[in-house]
Amino acid sequence: MSADSLFRALPPGDHTVQIEFDGTPLTVPAEVSLAAALLGCGIRHTRESAINGRPGAPYCMMGVCFECLVEVDGQANAQACLVPVRAGMRVRRQRGVACLALCEEGGDE
Amino acid sequence: MSNAAIDLIIIGAGPAGMSAALEARTHGLSVVVLDEQASPGGQIYRQVLQADPRSRAVLGVDYVAGAKLAADFLQCGARYLPNAAIWQVTSQCEVHYLIEGRAEVLQGRHLLIATGAFERPMPIPGWTLPGVMTAGAGQILLKSAAMVPATPVVLAGCGPLLYLLAVQYLRAGIALEALVDTSHRSDLLRAWREIPGALRGWRDLLKGLGLLTELKRAGVQHFHGACNLRVEGSDRACALSFDSQGRSQRIRADLILLHQGVVPNTQVSWSLRLAHDWSEQQLCWVARRNQWGESSTPGIFIAGDSGAIGGARVAQLEGRLAALAIAGQQAKARPLQQALRRARAARPLLDALYRPLTPNRIPADDVTVCRCEEVSAGDIRSYVDLGCLGPNQTKAFGRCGMGPCQGRQCGLSVTEIIAERRRVSPAEVGYYRIRSPLKPITLAQLASERLSVEEPS
Amino acid sequence: MQKTDVIVVGGGLVGMSIAYGLALLGRQVSVLDEGDDAIRAARGNFGLLWVQGKGYRMSPYAQWTRESVALWPRFAAALQGDTGIDLHLRQQGGFQLCLSDAEMAEESHRLSWLREAFAGDYPFELLDNAQLRARLPGIGPDVVGGCFSPMDGHVNPLKLLRSLYAACQSRGVRLINGHHVDAIEAGATGFELRAGAQRWSARQVVLAAGLGNRALGARVGLDVPVQPNRGQILVTERLEPFLQYPTTYVRQTDEGTLQLGDSHESAGFDDGTGSQVMAAIARRAVQCFPRLGQVRLVRAWGALRVMSADGFPIYETPQGCPGLAVVSCHSGVTLAAAHALRLAPWIAGEFDDPAVKPFGLERFNLQAEVRHVG
Repeated sequence: MSADSLFRALPPGDHTVQIEFDGTPLTVPAEVSLAAALLGCGIRHTRESAINGRPGAPYCMMGVCFECLVEVDGQANAQACLVPVRAGMRVRRQRGVACLALCEEGGDE
Repeated sequence: MSNAAIDLIIIGAGPAGMSAALEARTHGLSVVVLDEQASPGGQIYRQVLQADPRSRAVLGVDYVAGAKLAADFLQCGARYLPNAAIWQVTSQCEVHYLIEGRAEVLQGRHLLIATGAFERPMPIPGWTLPGVMTAGAGQILLKSAAMVPATPVVLAGCGPLLYLLAVQYLRAGIALEALVDTSHRSDLLRAWREIPGALRGWRDLLKGLGLLTELKRAGVQHFHGACNLRVEGSDRACALSFDSQGRSQRIRADLILLHQGVVPNTQVSWSLRLAHDWSEQQLCWVARRNQWGESSTPGIFIAGDSGAIGGARVAQLEGRLAALAIAGQQAKARPLQQALRRARAARPLLDALYRPLTPNRIPADDVTVCRCEEVSAGDIRSYVDLGCLGPNQTKAFGRCGMGPCQGRQCGLSVTEIIAERRRVSPAEVGYYRIRSPLKPITLAQLASERLSVEEPS
Repeated sequence: MQKTDVIVVGGGLVGMSIAYGLALLGRQVSVLDEGDDAIRAARGNFGLLWVQGKGYRMSPYAQWTRESVALWPRFAAALQGDTGIDLHLRQQGGFQLCLSDAEMAEESHRLSWLREAFAGDYPFELLDNAQLRARLPGIGPDVVGGCFSPMDGHVNPLKLLRSLYAACQSRGVRLINGHHVDAIEAGATGFELRAGAQRWSARQVVLAAGLGNRALGARVGLDVPVQPNRGQILVTERLEPFLQYPTTYVRQTDEGTLQLGDSHESAGFDDGTGSQVMAAIARRAVQCFPRLGQVRLVRAWGALRVMSADGFPIYETPQGCPGLAVVSCHSGVTLAAAHALRLAPWIAGEFDDPAVKPFGLERFNLQAEVRHVG
């Protein structure tokens, strides 16, 4: 938990995993949703709107509002409240629209 | 059980879905239950089977009561598919869903929609700022991650869930900055006098009063009759301003949890183009159902809060009644129907007592109503002035409701904003035409959809 | 009962384009439209300004389409001048993608026929996979080739619809909505239209009610042979701009979403979606651009094209019913400019446009006779 966190775990968790958020390693409780984990780490906003850049953050926590969109292991627009944390997960803030690396790989040559 | 022979497919493993599965299994039906979560319980009994003693103490007896239902459900012989995201349902009882990244489809003879409720959006100025969440979100964090606020927190709005969360936080040792209540103390007496049959709901009402007493005893600062609510902050919430009993108030808080009741999750029923009616009592759309919960399309049933808000007890009874009808066992329904009448008795009173304020549903021009596409109430009004009569036209004019949430956050607001502008009833305005995918699906998943086969056990 | 110069029945792209054109000519126009849940092709189209391949075996249609896209810049500028809405008009050409040799052969045959019909003045290029890939990065190996034509383009169709409403409003067009016209009567000085107990009268009536024209035409003794033809379209999440040109199966909108099209189905008046067709559209899009496999679908819809018996527009001012005009067609986006700036003056009697002549109802009777003889 960081000093900036909106939430903390009631019993401090003994079982944790490491994930990465925008390149920063984070130690988070295992077996919680990614949105819960980020809230517990003091991440105040998790996306920037593709329309106007407005900062967005987890809001409903039940998959309804699509405010908590993040990029998980290269997949854009994942709902952080529905994705369980997993050791080694690489997460990035969803900044605007999704990026599509159309030609970076030779796979479709 | 082969795919072609599933008697009943149930969407949702909350109180309605689990009870329906149990009842249907009693009568020998083959049942598949699909649910978006990893474990049964729905939102109300979320992760009830995993809760440790400390969480159980904080969450209370009503929550713990769900554990037996969930345990019985897992034993009942229904095929249970957790972590399934339903993206399309057809009138022929086909259910298309994603599971472990694959797109699969099941065919049933009957379908029961038991997708529950979600919180009514509360579009007040500043509600899109980080640091503003719903009370339900706060409770989900408590249930699923045993997490509590670590920063000054304000609860604002009205409704039983708001008071319940306040008490749960209290039990967890969290001091609220304030409970900002948009309902009036005097509402209670008025509602009591005006609602026929309200007395029959006294048991549920006492439960609510008990919560309020517990808060009062703990010295929680409780403002009544709050209006003109406004979240302050530029890139994150820092305070809630409002007027209460003639005085302006401003409470500093980093975390503001809003709530003004729950509304049926009608995404599936609208996508099936079932008949819906506008409920003036609950200020939302309710799918038209007969006494068994059967919708306007024969063979498709709805039970629990996704039909109309009634709470967990009503949901369980409705789920069982639907299962009885599907099993052809209507003769056994009498006691359930009587219990259902009792369980529903308190609802009119609760609806009147915690009726969300008009400005908190139909906001001023500058308030965002569509969070996905950033469309304001004023934009919607301007499209009405250009000649839009309903939400499908405003959607085409301004993309409102076209984002990934599929109108879940803006739908009711948009209907009511248009109705107010046109000076007609919401029923005349109508609702979005909901289309698949109900949940996002990648093109590769869609391209490779296949029939579900039961894995050998 | 109010009397106006012209009543346009139908508030879709076709009706509103004509209403706008009539308003530009100073006519006093009312538009009669249905409600929010009406069947509306205008809400479901793909946004292409498409020329290549259209009008095969009917060169006047190819000519009319080309004239419309030539008028589009002027039309868009007029709308923007009236409303301030940028329609994101882009006319840099477009690609037809072909996934089989047979498809490629068919396309090249059609385009060659059209080039001949235009005496060589019909620009297009046939490209193989490698040439295509150089122009459209990300094209997959299953795309055998494609056709590029500089005549094609695209526009934001929803902004077009809104700007037509705003422009018509600013030019005094009266919108009367929420009504389903159930009777039309021709009198000595004009027409009376009724919807339930409501009545309106006008010297001139334009039927531009899409699929509704069949029933409305019958009220005045006309057989308007239009049928619904369903097209399903998928829309993805927003992506960074990667596709500068529209293609027939994949188009990136100015908002960043991808529109993936489309299907041609006979499904009566059912404008729903079906997972099999959706899956086929998704497969085709992924074949065209394999990296789209990981992209999320956000919306899908079905819309009903207004398809005439031969697939070409119907523009008719019947001899026996002076003051009446019937307009039925698909491609309401491509043709919007011609409808506003050419068809409206023709309907208003400003000039007798020979380009409109081939689109009369008469041709269906002739065809029927030919079939009978054959």
